[in-house]
Amino acid sequence: MPDTPRTVSLFITCLLDTLFPDVAQAAVDILNKQGVHVRVPSGQTCCGQPGFNAGYWDEARVLARHTIDLFGDSDEPVLMASGSCASMIAHYYPVLFQGDPEYGPRAQALAGRVVEFTQYLVDHLGVTDLGAHYEASVVYHPSCHTLRGMHVDRQPRALLSAVRGLRVLEQRQPATCCGFGGMFAVKMGDISGAMLADRLDAFEETGADMVVGCDISCLMHIEGGLRKRHSRMKAMHIAQLLAEGLKA
Amino acid sequence: MSLQTSQQPFHARVSKAFENAERVAAVRRATVRFYDQRLTALRSLPDAEATRDLARAIRAHTIANLDKYLTQFEAAVQALGGQVHWARDAAEARQIVLDIAQKTGAKRIAKSKSMISEEIGLNKALEGAGLEVIETDLGEFIAQLAGEHPSHIIVPVLHLTRQEVGKVFASKLGVPYTDVISELNSIAREKLREVYLSADMGISGCNFAVAETGTICLATNEGNGRMITSLPRVHVALMGLERIVPTLSDLSVMLQLLARSATGQKLTVYTSLITGPRRANEPHGPEELHIVIVDNGRTRALAGEMAEILYCIRCGACLNVCPVYRNIGGHAYGSVYPGPVGSVISPILGGIPAFAELPHASTLCGACQDVCPVRIDFPTLLLRLRRETVRQGRSPVWVTLGMKAYAFMAGSPGRFQLAERLGALFTRLTGGGWFKGQLPGPLSAWTRYRFFPPFNRKTFQARWKERQSNG
Repeated sequence: MPDTPRTVSLFITCLLDTLFPDVAQAAVDILNKQGVHVRVPSGQTCCGQPGFNAGYWDEARVLARHTIDLFGDSDEPVLMASGSCASMIAHYYPVLFQGDPEYGPRAQALAGRVVEFTQYLVDHLGVTDLGAHYEASVVYHPSCHTLRGMHVDRQPRALLSAVRGLRVLEQRQPATCCGFGGMFAVKMGDISGAMLADRLDAFEETGADMVVGCDISCLMHIEGGLRKRHSRMKAMHIAQLLAEGLKA
Repeated sequence: MSLQTSQQPFHARVSKAFENAERVAAVRRATVRFYDQRLTALRSLPDAEATRDLARAIRAHTIANLDKYLTQFEAAVQALGGQVHWARDAAEARQIVLDIAQKTGAKRIAKSKSMISEEIGLNKALEGAGLEVIETDLGEFIAQLAGEHPSHIIVPVLHLTRQEVGKVFASKLGVPYTDVISELNSIAREKLREVYLSADMGISGCNFAVAETGTICLATNEGNGRMITSLPRVHVALMGLERIVPTLSDLSVMLQLLARSATGQKLTVYTSLITGPRRANEPHGPEELHIVIVDNGRTRALAGEMAEILYCIRCGACLNVCPVYRNIGGHAYGSVYPGPVGSVISPILGGIPAFAELPHASTLCGACQDVCPVRIDFPTLLLRLRRETVRQGRSPVWVTLGMKAYAFMAGSPGRFQLAERLGALFTRLTGGGWFKGQLPGPLSAWTRYRFFPPFNRKTFQARWKERQSNG
């Protein structure tokens, strides 16, 4: 536990808010247990990544401005339990507002405040063992934007390996994209489906009970695929696994 | 337009690729193998990451000073007695080569592997003028016999199994069928030896051109490059104008990375440095050396925010690692240049309309940038091209409508909450839980492969607000 309580702003992200509120709650519970005060600025929507990635930069800017305004100009860390949204703000907000005298500097500032959830626990709080207990075998899926965008990989692995009762197995070619890719999953549906099948096979080949990750968008796609093929495997966000492990 | 290898729509090409499960498996096997070999090969460098940084710096410097180094290269080649030709586009490049062939009375042309010759559609032009053109790189030789385009920039017939190669040889060369690789090699060798000895012109590509010495460097594995650049009396080398490196020591940096990144070799079996045509006191070598420097759209990239793609050294590592390439193979891209580099360079060289889907055929996973020896930021380049496809009205109407609606709904918290409530209504009307049915229209692409998660009746923000007012 840190000596002084810290305050963070939580950017929930649209998918967690709407589709997986329990995961967002799990993240908050874990942070609270670590003595972190969580603020949730109200009126959050979406970071704008879907539009930006599809080539609609004007549309993305509308949402990005809203997000920048919402999180203000403090120096509080902005915590996100979704690697790709974090990467969007950290890397591409400055690109979106290049040359904009007002939002350019503010985008830069916000980019510097973004922290991914497991990164915050491990690198900022210096905690890897939360005291969780969870009996299961899991594979960790390193989502591309968490891994390559945020350079977050050892942090979730450290958190998982500290969970008592948890066995972490390794899948083949672990750093391979699951095929989600936002609009890609719909625009290039058959390619996305083939990439998904390759990953689901890789996960299932390990015999693990669950696939765990840090990015809910990939996990939504993965769990949707696991359910469609009636797999006995489940997908779970790391915050949820840790929070449940703390209840045990 | 010879950069374009297919007139079929992108989705039709992808469907066709998936129809052939054997080829999909062959591509996956080969690309995973090359990827693993690359990792091992890079470990043999004392500091691979520092070498990559240096290579990137060399490429960035060269591309930023391309005019200077090209001029220096031209002067060096001329001083050696070679001739330099400048081609603004594919048509000019074809005409230059054709003119050289006619002036020198060449009838039989032996080629080593050259992607730029594919890009400018050279073979067809030469054959159309009544010349005989034979590919001597084994992979290109097979592709030529099979009447197929290369599907990979380093391994032209990566998609073919040895059984398929056996069938091609049997039907086109009139030899008994075999799928034993050593026997297939012998058949090709016997056929190609005769070509080397009888060709009167050799056409090669150029991996690097050294400005300070006027040297061109060819990295090959079969020795054919050496044969066709030394036995025929005329040698024509084709190069994109970005192939330059300033000095021989810069070349050595690039060579440390090229083969390691491409095939996982420390060096290719043959690394040929060709500096000028045969000199008076030399017994071997061509009487004439012509170097054709091709622009064909490259200076357009040079001027804008896409210049970084010109750093590419054509190692193919980004193809091997790309999960999209691994699944659809090279032909589905419909361009001479497939994979991540192809998705960037094709629309730049050939225009957005011909290749509008390619920048979108990526999850932006960034694996390509990870393996690129010169660390090209592919995701950002792809994102810029996507913006350009939207600007040019090449995005499907339903995507535009969807994106406008989404930006409108998420543009204000009130509208966003309304959208969330509509989602929750959808979930309630469809029985709650994960949606297992088929969604209509373009959204059916989602439900074909996955269920859709339920919208929660109470969003996290609504719960939070409640708790704050209660607490």
